[in-house]
Formats: sequence, C-alpha cells, structure tokens
Amino acid sequence: MEKEFTVNVFSENHIGLLNRLTIIFTRRKINIESLTVSESHIKGIHCLTIVINSTETLVKKIVQQIEKLVDVLKAFYYTTDQIIYQEIALYKVPTEALTSGSEIEKIVRDYSARILEVTPEYTVIEKTGHKSETQELLNKLKPFDLLEFIRSGRVAITKPMKELMVHLKEKEQEFDYTNS
Amino acid sequence: MQITGSEAVIRSILEEGVETIFGYPGGAIMPIYDALYDYRERLEHILVRHEQGATHAADGYARVKGDVGVCLVTSGPGATNLITGLANAMIDSVPMVCISGQVASPLLGSDAFQETDIIGISMPVTKWNYQITSASEIVEVMSKAFYLARTGRPGPVVVDITKDAQFGMVDFKYKKCTRLRSYFPYPKVKQEDIESAAILINNARKPLLIVGHGVLLSGAQKEFEDLAVKADIPVASTLLGLSAFPTKHPLYVGMMGMHGNYGPNVKTNECDVLIAIGMRFDDRITGDLKRYARQAAVIHIEIDPAEINKNVEVDVDVVADARQALKALLPMINDNSHADWIASFDSYRDEEYKKVIEPKIDGSNSGIIMDEIVHLVSEKTGGNAIVVTDVGQNQMVGARNYKFNKPNSWVTSGGLGTMGFGLPAAIGAKVALPDRQVIVFTGDGGFQMTMQELGTIAQSNIDVKIIIMNNNFLGMVRQWQDMFFEKRYSFTEISSPDFITVASAYGIEGCRVTKRAELDEAIDRLLNSENSFLLEVMVEKEDNVFPMVTAGESVSNIRLE
Ligand SMILES: Cc1ncc(C[n+]2csc(CCOP(=O)(O)OP(=O)(O)O)c2C)c(N)n1
Repeated sequence: MEKEFTVNVFSENHIGLLNRLTIIFTRRKINIESLTVSESHIKGIHCLTIVINSTETLVKKIVQQIEKLVDVLKAFYYTTDQIIYQEIALYKVPTEALTSGSEIEKIVRDYSARILEVTPEYTVIEKTGHKSETQELLNKLKPFDLLEFIRSGRVAITKPMKELMVHLKEKEQEFDYTNS
Repeated sequence: MQITGSEAVIRSILEEGVETIFGYPGGAIMPIYDALYDYRERLEHILVRHEQGATHAADGYARVKGDVGVCLVTSGPGATNLITGLANAMIDSVPMVCISGQVASPLLGSDAFQETDIIGISMPVTKWNYQITSASEIVEVMSKAFYLARTGRPGPVVVDITKDAQFGMVDFKYKKCTRLRSYFPYPKVKQEDIESAAILINNARKPLLIVGHGVLLSGAQKEFEDLAVKADIPVASTLLGLSAFPTKHPLYVGMMGMHGNYGPNVKTNECDVLIAIGMRFDDRITGDLKRYARQAAVIHIEIDPAEINKNVEVDVDVVADARQALKALLPMINDNSHADWIASFDSYRDEEYKKVIEPKIDGSNSGIIMDEIVHLVSEKTGGNAIVVTDVGQNQMVGARNYKFNKPNSWVTSGGLGTMGFGLPAAIGAKVALPDRQVIVFTGDGGFQMTMQELGTIAQSNIDVKIIIMNNNFLGMVRQWQDMFFEKRYSFTEISSPDFITVASAYGIEGCRVTKRAELDEAIDRLLNSENSFLLEVMVEKEDNVFPMVTAGESVSNIRLE
C-alpha cells in the first residue's frame, strides 16, 4: 500500500550529488513531493529530506540505491509517525484587505500564524505547521485577493534516539575499505 | 618541481599501473595528448576509429586483465560518444576510467564550441564522475577515480578535465586513494550469515549453485570450485559467469537463463537450496519471478547490498566479496555427496543434446548452422581461447557452445546487450593479453555497427580472429518476429558489403565460406594465420536459438523447439 515516507540522506556536500539522488527517483517514476537540503548538526555533512508517496518495499530499495552513491554516508526512511516535522508557508495579501475591517487579523490569530511584514501595498503572513494546516489557511485567505503563496519543503526531526555518528561508527565497523 | 596538469594526468595513469589506453584526440584534450607524446614509450596508446570503440576496447581489456580500462577523449562529441560504452560497463560492473577534455573553465556553461555537460549526461551511467577545473585537483581526483572504479562492485568513472586545468602547473606527488569517508566498498563477512548459509548447504538434498560475474571479479574461481566439489553441488553459470567454472567439469550442468540449458533452468524450480554467488537475478535469468525457485531456500552471496532482495526474496544473504565469503564458508561445509541429484540432470542434458544440439551440429542441415562453427572452434582451440562475442544469436550460440578451460576467457555484453561491442572489445582483450588467442564471433548486423575498428586493428597491428556468422538478417530480432509477430519480418533483413573486400582494404586477410565442406579448413586457416583474419561464414538464414525461456515465462517452461 502507498503511503507517505520521509527519506533522510546524509552526504558529503559535493556538486552533482543532488542530481544523482533525484535520478534514483525519476528513473523509477516516483514524484518527489518535497525536498529540503540543509546542513546537519555535524560539520561538513549535509542532510537532504525528501518526501515521497510509495510502498515500503519500494522505499526500502530506493534507500539501498541511495546508500550506494559514493558521496552518501547514510540514508534512512521514516513513516510520518516516526518524525516531528514542519513546513513553513508565506502568504501575500493586499494590505487593503486588512484595513477595510476584514477578518484577516482574526484568521491569523486563529491559525497561530503571524504577520511578518506590512507595507502600504501588501502584507506578508507566515505560518508554520503541517501541510494540511497551511493549506487550510491558504483556503481561508484566498477570498481576500491573495497575491502569492509559497510553501517550503519538509524539515523533519526523527523520534528514534540513536545519533547519526553512532550509526556511522557502526557502519564503519561493518565495512573494509580495501579487499585484503 | 612543477609539471603541467596534463603531464600529471599521464603520470597518474602510470602510477596506477595501467600500460595501455584507448583514445581519440581533439581540441579540448590536446594538452594531454601533447604530454602523452613524451610518454609514448611507457604508456601505449591505441588510436581507435570512434570513441565508442575506445570504451568497448577498454571494457574488453578490463574484463580479461582484471584491471581498469582507460579511455582518453575530447569534449563534446568525443565525450558523448562514450555513453553507450559507459552504460555497458556500468550494468556489467566493469572497472573503467574515462578521461574527457572540457572547454576552459571560464567558458563553462556558455555553450562554447564543443562544450557538452558530460558530467550531467553521464551521471546515470557512471559509478562516479567529476569535473576538474584546476590542475591542483588532478592527483587527488585521478587516484580517487581509479580507487572507485576498481574497488567494491566495480564500474566506470568519468573524469572531465577543463583545458585550463590541463595547462596549469602542479607539484606532482602521487598518493593512491585507499579510503573515502562516504564510500563503503567491502562489507565484512558476518559470521552468523555464514553459519546460516552453511546449515542450509549442509542439510540440502538438492542444492544448486549459480556462478556469476562476481566470482570472476573477485578472483574466487578456486574457492568456488572447492565449495562445489566439497559439498558435491551441481554448478550452473550466468551469461557473465561463463569461464569461471570449467565447462567440462563433471559438476557443471550448463548455463542459466533465456537461452541457457534445459537442466539447470528446469531444476531451478526443483532444487531445495539455491546458492547464487556474484550475480543479480536479472530478468533474463529468472523469467517470471512469481514462478522462480519458489520451493527453494535461496542463499545470495553478493557484494552490493542493494542487490539483496531487489528481484528475488532470499532466505540468507551474505553481503560480501565473493572470495571473502567463500573463504569463510568453506571450513564450515561438510563433505557431502548428491550423486542421485546430480545424475538427475543427465536425462535433461541428453534430451537437450538429442533434440536441440545434435541436429544443429551433425551436419544434417542443408545450410551451415552457427553452432557448428563455434563447436569446431571450441574443439580446435581446446577451450583455451579468449572468446568475445557481439550481441544476438551469435552471442547465445557462442555462450552455449564454447567449452571454456580458463577463467576470464569470455567477453560479452550482458546487461546492455550492446550490438557493436564485439570487435572493439576483442581489440581490448588482445591488447591486454597478447599471448592469448582472441576470437570474436559476430553477426552481420552487429559487425557493421563498429567495423571501422578494422582500421585500429590494421594500424596497431592487433591480432584478432574475426568470425562473422552471416545470416543476412538481424537474426535474434527475426527470431522473435518468427515466434511472436507472425513472421512479419519488419526491417530485419540486412544487406552487407563484401566483408572480405572490406578486410582486404585494411590489409587484413580473410575468406568466405559458403559450403560446409570448406568450413574445417577455413577455421584452421583463421587459427593459424599470423595476423588478424576475417572469416565470413554464410549460415542458415532462418535458424532459431533454442532452448528458450520466452519473456515472462517460468524457467521450468523452457521450450526446446
Ligand atoms: C545497438 C543495438 N541496437 C539494436 C539492438 C537490438 N538487437 C538485438 S539482437 C539484434 C540482431 C543482431 O543481428 P546480427 O548482428 O546480425 O546478429 P545475429 O542475431 O544474426 O547473430 C538486434 C537488432 C541491440 N541489441 N543493440
């Protein structure tokens, strides 16, 4: 059965790695729902967070293929209940819409969003949360002549307590670098 | 003392122990070619006629020598001409380092003359690739390239070098790469996996071994044979595993897969333990996966963790280099005997011989059959030649009929099925091992895809024995049209030039055989010729290769006719 998986990839920060990584998905006709690249807590190691819809059998194989990439140190996959995650969304509305006694301010409060910037022309609202929440706010703001909307890729923290370096140490124990 | 980046490239290749490279010059690689001029006595360079030829030659070189094959090409069209050869080496796990020239770094991304994004284009067909834009990177990247190409599961690597990096100056101090933080080439053998495998093997009543390319790549022929003999297990081979186990060995039961032998295919669905070593359960081996070895406990010994459970769900996986795994496994294996089980292959062998093989080689056909030719060559060379093939019927007939005595003696394009592979691969094999007889079997179609490499043979004086089995058709496709498309021969009839005249234009001796009576003598002439020789045999036009597991069928439903 297809469900949502979050794939976490820890890699060297080398040019081309992202390309090699996406090829693994596109080659199997798997659409990437969202992708975030960032530093990790370890200096020099980058973290890529990829959200896909797939079956567990397939995601397992994909993670094996990812781990095969020369620049990848370690890859993991998680179901949504194994992670704490957020996306950030920004909304641009005409400032007019706020001043003419509208309910926007109430909506912003109700959705625990916040106003990021107000100019005479436009106002930018920010909301962090799960996609369903930022989507709901989007629907609420649409009637107010919404001018722009953008949602970031997922950032995720995993629930399991084992730290990356421990994983890496274990992995190093399992391999040789030359065939002696 | 500082040297140019170009000289550093050449010296890096020499430091890696490479003696011969294959290439073709052009604008963006000229500084390296210029540096090569001073090293031409120490580093042999074979000038090919097309860069695809260079890749297949490097591939053939690597396969028989068990070392890295190297190509040197220019940017743009030179680099794009590498792609088929890279894809071929990638899917067959062949170690190669291909060096391409690139426009100067300030021009990158400007659509400069002969600029192509070879890094982007080659990404899906390389194990690793890298663009060097400064001479100071050369030593580190070259050593990394060779390390990655040859270690773990081998594969092709592209190093793209901008012209300014070639011209730049650098201190040359070579240091071989021995590890990378993010690269894990050799999984350590896990004792518990070995124990699980040993228990299954020791208790098996009807075990079956499959020898794959990985056994050759890890040099585990001896350990593999020791296992087979000690536990008394019949051995079948994959297409790329051929020559790892002597064809005439009493335990050898034949080739697996689509055009493999009757016994091993049927018995795959009868054995109780299937031990697959250094192979990846390609669909041409397994047929319908839902009906593949379902009754058996499957043990998979394989260096690449991503191959485990990829196609076939296994019971025990030993993720390790084949030789390391076998060395760990052997002491735990009991002396055993499976005489009845092994004897049960005999009736299948006999039936296949009577129904399929004998009618093809007994001379009863009006036309010459491909099998007769390979059979004769096999006998006359005592199974000691290096056999190269192209792709199609000639390849399957070669695989089915040559009886190998020595390992690393079979060079064929397996996973990609690249027509045009044969002739340039044979060149590479001969250059790698000049003391071995190298024979290439090819079809009239595939030969015409890379026959310009006759020029390479002529110029570099390479002794390759070429046997074209000419059926006037793209035979293997015609066979499928015959069997699955109601004989609608859509564009599979192919004409050929007078190959003997073509050969003679290159100064290569040759002869054509149209009658069976002339065949024996012609083969002797070929084998005894001092130099390259081209033998064209006009064969039966519409003969089909059997047995055959038709696509999507179960291996046990292999057809004999
Ligand atoms: C580059 C390439 N193009 C097309 C094919 C498809 N193909 C597979 S076998 C074959 C026929 C080969 O004909 P020929 O070289 O005459 O050999 P034969 O099968 O007759 O021995 C073709 C066209 C291929 N494998 N490779």
